[in-house]
Amino acid sequence: MTHLLRLEGVVKTYPKGNLRITALPPVDLTVGPGQFVALQGPSGSGKTTCLLIAGGLLRPDSGQVLVDGQDLYTMPRSRLAAFRARNIGFVFQQYHLIPYLTVFENILAPEAAGGRFGNESRAKALAEQFGLAHRLDHTPAELSSGEKQRTALARALLFSPKLVLADEVTGNLDHQNALGVLRHLRGYVETGGSVLLVTHDREIAAQADRVEYLPTSQTQPLEARQ
Amino acid sequence: MTVWQLVIKEITRRKLNFASGLIAVTLAVAVLGGSMTILKLHDLRTGRIVAEKEKETKARMTVLEDDYRKIMKNLGFNLLIFPEGQRLSDFYAEDAVSAYMPETYATRLAEAKIVTIRHLLPTLEEKVRWPETKRTIILIGTRGEVPSLFRDAREPILVAVPKGRAVIGHQLAQDLGLKPGDRITLFGRAFTVSQCNEERGSKDDISLWIDLAQAQEMLNKQGRINAILALKCICAGNELALVRRDVAAVLPGVQVIEQGSKVLTRAEARDRAAREAADAIAAEVHNRRQLRDEQERVSAILVPLVLLVSALWIGLVFYTNVRERRSEIGILRALGARSATILGLFLTKALLMGLIGAVAGYIAGVLVGVSRQGGVIFALLEPRLMLLVLTSAVVLAVAASWVPAYYAAQQDPAEVLREE
Ligand SMILES: Nc1ncnc2c1ncn2[C@@H]1O[C@H](COP(=O)(O)OP(=O)(O)O)[C@@H](O)[C@H]1O
Ligand SMILES: [Mg+2]
Repeated sequence: MTHLLRLEGVVKTYPKGNLRITALPPVDLTVGPGQFVALQGPSGSGKTTCLLIAGGLLRPDSGQVLVDGQDLYTMPRSRLAAFRARNIGFVFQQYHLIPYLTVFENILAPEAAGGRFGNESRAKALAEQFGLAHRLDHTPAELSSGEKQRTALARALLFSPKLVLADEVTGNLDHQNALGVLRHLRGYVETGGSVLLVTHDREIAAQADRVEYLPTSQTQPLEARQ
Repeated sequence: MTVWQLVIKEITRRKLNFASGLIAVTLAVAVLGGSMTILKLHDLRTGRIVAEKEKETKARMTVLEDDYRKIMKNLGFNLLIFPEGQRLSDFYAEDAVSAYMPETYATRLAEAKIVTIRHLLPTLEEKVRWPETKRTIILIGTRGEVPSLFRDAREPILVAVPKGRAVIGHQLAQDLGLKPGDRITLFGRAFTVSQCNEERGSKDDISLWIDLAQAQEMLNKQGRINAILALKCICAGNELALVRRDVAAVLPGVQVIEQGSKVLTRAEARDRAAREAADAIAAEVHNRRQLRDEQERVSAILVPLVLLVSALWIGLVFYTNVRERRSEIGILRALGARSATILGLFLTKALLMGLIGAVAGYIAGVLVGVSRQGGVIFALLEPRLMLLVLTSAVVLAVAASWVPAYYAAQQDPAEVLREE
């Protein structure tokens, strides 16, 4: 088993009247352990769809998703949730920080979801590593965009997942902050983690070890299926 | 960071949402607890009022009872024994006596040793016209007590009127201006007034008592009487039949009736008082019952209405909360939370809302209930009421939040997370 993440012939469509909109054309993709892979494509090409499918949050119409050798969509729901808590970290463009929690509490939030406790020192270490030590008691509303995204990244890494899925994580950041976040992702990869970064930005994608493309042409076609 | 801590932090840092839900629970509980309290206090007061009335009645009855006992002791029970031919209806209607029996009946009765009968007073009584004054009077011939042969002699209950003396009823004495010592003439015979009776408000007031033998002679009824008064009989009214049987065994054909006496009057007064008191209590109970029914009717409409409105309100509060927390729910799911965890997140909040609302509402409701009824507080700490209020508040909050909470748990995380 050489791949940490493996997508094989994954397709996602949505119904629209009698037609089906192709949200994600057939995709084959692999990310090895300790690899930083970028998935590049224009807006609407299915990058987010692909990422959600890879993270076990969206069942594809067909195809297989293997994470660490486990077929995600053959697992029962509760096991999939537990598996996700343990093995996959998410970072989104929108941060999705919990507004009434402090930075420190947001970083610890995976405990409530995953049911594993006692990670306060790990949370502190991550915050320090990401330059958030002085922000621990602040709420997200009081943070800059870069701080928000670094908080989200620290939260994703709390349980040291094998795979981090990052969706346009630099989309809302200035160049400086974008580079900062990419550096942290790189640092994580260097400790043995794997990252799949989806972005429309060629320059950002170029920071990865390898870049895969979602074709532009695949965004529009409506495919009639019965 | 446990789910519990998450719930607490959400509640304490977003007070408004929780508080608005809390108001609904508090209101519902206050109305429920208040209604129950009002009814409960009403019952308590009813109990107190009735108990007070009963105590009052009992005190009054004790006095009456005591009175009655004293009279019984002093007077005993009076019987009138009439000859066979006396129409009792005449006696009852007009006090008129018209039949006669031998005077020896009294002696025979005295010798018969009827245990219950004492103090036998044979009398001859007739309504006559007093020729000298042209007045209608009741002339009563009386002699001393016929002694009971088997008993010790005791002080006579009535002092006999000696020969040549007369006892005069109040009205007669007044009208004729008589006083003790005066001399009067009756059917040509001279009598000295020995006593003028106090007013009795009966035919006694126009009666004139003389020696039995003289009366028999005057009325030409030698050796005859028309009634034997048996005084201080030791028997209660319901034993009259027994006395009758005993008397009939000695004197076949005579009639025994119970004289309408002071005793009876008192006994009747006592019974009437008891009945009236019981009626008054029943009326009060009825009155209170009606009041309670009214309050119950109001509660029967108000409580469900308020519960319904509160439930809708709570539902809305939770729906708003769920909408507001879509992103949080999505990310928690991405972080590995199961949908049951999300459900628990909201239901735990609802549970807390129910518990806190129950306490606040209970206090509010009790205060309202107490102020409306001016009653006591100790009875309201009744565990059953508290438990009822607590469970209904929790059930209300949890049930009302169930739909939004379920909606949150079913929310597809992908929906939220793909939004840009
Ligand atoms: N739930 C959905 N229903 C219908 N169409 C969808 C849905 N989710 C995504 N799509 C469509 O699929 C396509 C790919 O979307 P997305 O994965 O968000 O693209 P990207 O992230 O590359 O911009 C878009 O055209 C989008 O409108
Ligand atoms: Mg996208």
